[in-house]
Amino acid sequence: MRYLLLIYTDENSTEQATPDDVARISRAHSETIEDAVRRGVLVGLDKLKPTVTATTVRMDTSGALITDGPFAETKEQLAGYYMIDCADLDQAIEWAKRIPTGCQPGEGCIEIRPIQEIRKPSGLGK
Amino acid sequence: MEVQAAVEAVFRQEHGRIIASLIRISGSFDRAEEAMQEAFAAALATWPERGVPHNPGAWIMAAAHRKWIDRSRRERTRRDKQEALRYDTESRGDTGEQLLAVIDEEEREAANMLAWDDRLRLMFTCCHPAVPQEGQIALTLRMLGGLTTTEIAKAFLVPEATMAQRLVRVKRKIQEAGIPYQIPPASQLAERSRTVQTIIYLIFNEGYAASAGDELVRRDLCAEAIRLGRLLVQLLPDDPENAGLLALMILHNARRDGRVQDGKLVTLEDQDRSVWKRDEIAEGTSLLESVLRRKCPGPYQLQGAIAALHAEAPTPGDTDWRQIAALYSHLFALQPNPVVALNHAVAVAMSGNWEDGLRMIDEAGAGGRLERYYLFHAARADILRRMTRFDEAAQAYGRAIELATNPLEREFLTGRLESVVSHR
Repeated sequence: MRYLLLIYTDENSTEQATPDDVARISRAHSETIEDAVRRGVLVGLDKLKPTVTATTVRMDTSGALITDGPFAETKEQLAGYYMIDCADLDQAIEWAKRIPTGCQPGEGCIEIRPIQEIRKPSGLGK
Repeated sequence: MEVQAAVEAVFRQEHGRIIASLIRISGSFDRAEEAMQEAFAAALATWPERGVPHNPGAWIMAAAHRKWIDRSRRERTRRDKQEALRYDTESRGDTGEQLLAVIDEEEREAANMLAWDDRLRLMFTCCHPAVPQEGQIALTLRMLGGLTTTEIAKAFLVPEATMAQRLVRVKRKIQEAGIPYQIPPASQLAERSRTVQTIIYLIFNEGYAASAGDELVRRDLCAEAIRLGRLLVQLLPDDPENAGLLALMILHNARRDGRVQDGKLVTLEDQDRSVWKRDEIAEGTSLLESVLRRKCPGPYQLQGAIAALHAEAPTPGDTDWRQIAALYSHLFALQPNPVVALNHAVAVAMSGNWEDGLRMIDEAGAGGRLERYYLFHAARADILRRMTRFDEAAQAYGRAIELATNPLEREFLTGRLESVVSHR
């Protein structure tokens, strides 16, 4: 089963991350990624630019409503994702535990969403 | 009529065991439930004529499996390939064909199926932390307890449609999120067992709380929670907290007849101790003694030990409050929350150290932490009353009455308030 592990973190706090924090977080990501690749679990992952770069497009009857920022203001923001392919939710939870979500313990979280399989057109980009 | 009773008895006793195997084999809660219902319908149709089989549970199990095989065979002819069954685990991997090969020896096969204990898988799946708590409770009662949706709805005082909807959502979540049908690995077992214990204890408390609702239904709920507690001890005997939880529930339940008299709430102190069930108290106490010998006391064992000290005292005056206070202090070390601190403080006061106890009660509620908790005010009022500080007691009773929602409890507190007012 494929799962999307959404990384939510407090952008304000990550902005103030010390070089040590950054090193620790990227080390934890690297270790998780290496292990996930070795076990053939990792389907994809990406880091998102901060929400100040976000644009929301909403189509209604009068046309497109384009606004600056994410569609909802939240305390924690979507910062990136891992997509993994594993047997079940318990395994997905184990992977989620290993993904860093902030500088301090208790900061940020991972939302696990199972993928609804749909038929995809051929010739999809990478 | 005799057949009907036999079918009902099997349904109640064997539901969890049979459904647990069917879920593993069919890979779906819904398919398992369908097969089970068809098997019970078959029993009602054939038993009156042929008589009740000597092993009714095994008969139902075999019939349900056959129903499921028939159905999946029909489905297979409809589709080219059979959809992968999510819950089919590698440990067995029996397909319909393999089952068909032995179906003639259905009794023997069924006995084997009964031996595979899938109930533990079912328990952990129903109580998976990714399932919302009210869903965990409902599904546990429906699947392991074999309670009908109507019965569960009645017990939780919600409309039947709401409960039915809740069950549908839970089953969907399990299926769609890929919650595995398995016993958690050793590294997660302890943590996941806590969730199972919590759910069983919540079921018990729902039945034990002296709130509104059908008394008979509530008794059933307690009996069901105790039955589930026994099952948990049987399936996971290595975790002493399982026995601790079971003992705690048995000890509380043994006193239930004394709690309400003529529709009025009676405190532990004023209860008629002759209606307490001595054999149940003995069972709970001996269970606790054997598990405490392992020297690994957790919150349920400690609460069980406290319940045992209350239950064993021949009169309220014989209650070993000193020992109870020590147990609460131990419990507070494991669960440092203000409610445990409050109970500890009350035990200290009741052991004769009134001033210390009162000071500790106020410390437990410091910073308004327990301000909205009626039992905080009720406990404070009770200690003040015993210290003959009636004015302060009256004030605290007043606050408790404002906050209490249960009519029985409010009535009790009002009685107490009147009595302290008359003393001042």
